[in-house]
Amino acid sequence: MDALVVLLTLLLVAGVLIVISAPLRARAGERPGTREREQSRGEPERAALEAEREAKYREIRDAELDYRTGKLSREDYEAVDAALRREAIAILDSLEHALPPSSDRLEN
Amino acid sequence: MNPARKRTARLVAALSAALVLATALIYTSFSAASPALSPSQLLHRAQPGRSYQLTGVVVGGSVRRAGGVLYFAVADRRGSSNVPLSYTGTVPDPFHEGREVIVTVRKEGARFVGERDSLITKCPSKYKAAPAGERQNY
Amino acid sequence: MAALGSGCLLLSLAICAYGIVAAIYGVRSKRMEFTDSARRAVYALAGVLTVAFAVLELAFLRNDFAFNTVADTSSRTTPALYRAAAVWSSQEGSLLLWAWLLSLWSSLALFLMRRRLRDVCAYATAVLLGFGGFFVSLMIFYATPFATTSPAPAEGAGLDPLLRFPTMVIHPPMLYSGYTLCTIPFAFAVGALLTRRIDAEWIAATRRFAFAAWLCLGVGILLGARWSYSELGWGGYWGWDAVENASLMPWLTATAFLHSLMIQEKRGMLKVWNASLVLATGSLAIMGTFLVRSGILNSIHAFGGATLGVPFVALIGVMVAGSIYLVVSRRAALRSEHRLDSLLSRESAFLANNLVLVGLCFVIFWGTYFPLISEALNGTAASVGPPWFDRYTVPLALILVLLSGIGPLIAWRRATLASARRNFAVPLGAAAIAVLALLAAGVPGRPLAIALFACAAFVFASIGQEFARGVRVRREIAHEAVPAALLSLVRRNRRRYGGYIVHVGIAVLFVGVAASSSFQHATEVGLSPGSSTRVGAYTVSYVRPTATVTPAADAAHTGSSMSLGAVLDVSKRGHHVATLRPSQGYYDSGEPTQGSVGQLIGGQAVSHISMSEGALRDVWSAIAPNISTPALQRIVDAGNRTLPPQDAPIALGYLARQYLQHPPAAQFHFIVSPLVMWIWIGGAIVFGGGLIAVWPPPSAVVRRVSVRARPRSAGDPVRA
Repeated sequence: MDALVVLLTLLLVAGVLIVISAPLRARAGERPGTREREQSRGEPERAALEAEREAKYREIRDAELDYRTGKLSREDYEAVDAALRREAIAILDSLEHALPPSSDRLEN
Repeated sequence: MNPARKRTARLVAALSAALVLATALIYTSFSAASPALSPSQLLHRAQPGRSYQLTGVVVGGSVRRAGGVLYFAVADRRGSSNVPLSYTGTVPDPFHEGREVIVTVRKEGARFVGERDSLITKCPSKYKAAPAGERQNY
Repeated sequence: MAALGSGCLLLSLAICAYGIVAAIYGVRSKRMEFTDSARRAVYALAGVLTVAFAVLELAFLRNDFAFNTVADTSSRTTPALYRAAAVWSSQEGSLLLWAWLLSLWSSLALFLMRRRLRDVCAYATAVLLGFGGFFVSLMIFYATPFATTSPAPAEGAGLDPLLRFPTMVIHPPMLYSGYTLCTIPFAFAVGALLTRRIDAEWIAATRRFAFAAWLCLGVGILLGARWSYSELGWGGYWGWDAVENASLMPWLTATAFLHSLMIQEKRGMLKVWNASLVLATGSLAIMGTFLVRSGILNSIHAFGGATLGVPFVALIGVMVAGSIYLVVSRRAALRSEHRLDSLLSRESAFLANNLVLVGLCFVIFWGTYFPLISEALNGTAASVGPPWFDRYTVPLALILVLLSGIGPLIAWRRATLASARRNFAVPLGAAAIAVLALLAAGVPGRPLAIALFACAAFVFASIGQEFARGVRVRREIAHEAVPAALLSLVRRNRRRYGGYIVHVGIAVLFVGVAASSSFQHATEVGLSPGSSTRVGAYTVSYVRPTATVTPAADAAHTGSSMSLGAVLDVSKRGHHVATLRPSQGYYDSGEPTQGSVGQLIGGQAVSHISMSEGALRDVWSAIAPNISTPALQRIVDAGNRTLPPQDAPIALGYLARQYLQHPPAAQFHFIVSPLVMWIWIGGAIVFGGGLIAVWPPPSAVVRRVSVRARPRSAGDPVRA
């Protein structure tokens, strides 16, 4: 029993070490590059803007549904809708500026 | 009223309402609460008409049922003082001699009467513990 | 094998320590390989704790009584299912379950987020590993599940009979999943505050985890209430006990958070509020875990010993102080982008809902911790009872239900007053009709209950109106038949209509609660066979006694030596309604001083209630037979004198026969509660609706709004 326990424990420790050190070993094998750092800098802003864009689209649809189910008058709806679309355009513009030039991710 | 004033007015109203609620809460909790006492403390301090939470151990040999009433005595964990009382209401499953109980009592004359359905029995230590979320009888 | 378990715990501690350091180092030096390594440390922790848990489970299933915890809570005669569940019936086993579930959910969350919010994730990893390390340390230094005694005892103490119910098997894992899931949004909030990134991406990520926590915790609470009602001998589902309250508080703040998050998403407001809510939810979850284990409050859930109190207070202190510090120091990043446009808007309703929910949480918090507060203030620990809680929570719950019906009727941002007036007409009418109908039907005057029914009617009418109008809109667009329109309406607007369904569920649940608490009929009475009693509109007659004796080696049974009960006939106006068979099971006490026969039935007695559930009412019954009659005592004494322990079960047969032939009067407890079933149905609707609300829509259904295609009207700024 004892030998089995020791063996299992060693296997477990080995497994843990392999799993945890994998990224470190992979990195050591690569050439250090700055491309990653750039991407990781620009990435958060782009991801945040994309999330904002999705949220804004949802708001526009919600406003239309509010109008059609009788909670907004026509004037109120047009005012709200115009404001939302302005905000959406602002987000799309920011997205264009935040993107690296090579990729084109605009939806239209 | 300009928007800024409106907002301040709303904020003040909301805070006042919260303050009123909090005050009512705090005030009534002190008057509605029943202090937790051990049997020796109860014998010394109990005043008639007030309700107290009695915590202690059920004395061996003191449990007796007559009609719909349960009679038993509660002692300090160290076994010095002994409070006999009568109780009507739901008796929890784990209730047994030697188990720890909590019961709300009032002093009526020279006797102590347990409030209806207020008897709680703690899980016996022999089983070490009850798991989080386990319910027992009231 | 226990050594393997202990080794796993030590290895886990090392992994946690490494992970925390690696995560923080990685994020501060911008070296992704270290943050990735830290994430993998969480995966490794999950793996190692799974091994540890498996070791403990196997020990229980194999009846390895060398393990102290197995010897204390299990026995050879405990059925297999309950042996498996006994793992978490003790302090140390439940700590292991907590840590294991934490590691699993953390792994899942970090895996799903592995490519996004990297900085936030790194700090979240450190926080989650911090929690893991805390619980593992508790196990290593205070309460290890892998302590052994040698030589191993031959038999264990057995699982407390009160826990031998199927619902008890699933209730703790569900509740612990809820608690551990609450720590994940907490960790992500800490990370977001540290990196000053409380933005739309954080919202989208946190919402998912907050919802999972809300769902698991809510289901866990509901299961606990259901177990209490359907299997325990007191006939209630909620007692405002400290530990019940402790699980409800984080659920209330999580509900508030799910609502106010939508306001932040739309208007960029309430960032400080949301951050505080998330941090509060996590802290309340840890406080809930702590309450059960410390014995600081008089509660019927009590783990042994106050030894765990100090470490937990330290952890909670760190969490609360740290949270306050983070929010205050990051308040610049948490400034609101906009203000509330108008009081008549859905945002306002959500704000009001938040205030009510937080108010409810505060009331419950105050009442629950009052013994500590009063002890600190005037030296005596005094506690408040259910009437005090009811006094404050009932009106707040009323307002909450009402708000859930008002919200759907007003638009986001600003609603038109004229259309609002139109929209309120039908729901208000429905509420008025409900009140009149109830009063006309002769329902006894209980103002709070009737007010709740009116609010519920308001909610049903309001949401029904919303669905009807939505279906009409759908049919105008797509000309579908009504059922198809309904389906596609919900599919395309999951958040809105799923949310509506949740509100309907809440209203149904509260209708059940109000009806069953305000209009209950309960009786406690002694009956002999042949006699009967009235409970409400029903007549319950004691038909005949029942008695069963269980062979000791019958492992399929819950392990009682003998059970005595009754057959009851329930009838209404002469018509038979149901037959009930409540009983009381008597268990072995394991104390030889009670005599060979006395020992068999001198242990705990567990009530097996019997009830008839119906859509309109439940009839509930419990029995407490009298086993101390002189005739029965004579048999017990004779058996004690003449029978050795191994032959003692023979006496049980005589006892049973005596009880059947000359049954003494037994104490019965009857309750007739209206509409209880709707509590469970309402709960199911709530969680079903919640699932609908967060289910991600298939990409084909997402309609891309083309923003630029719309012709610009004068006044739209033209962007270069």
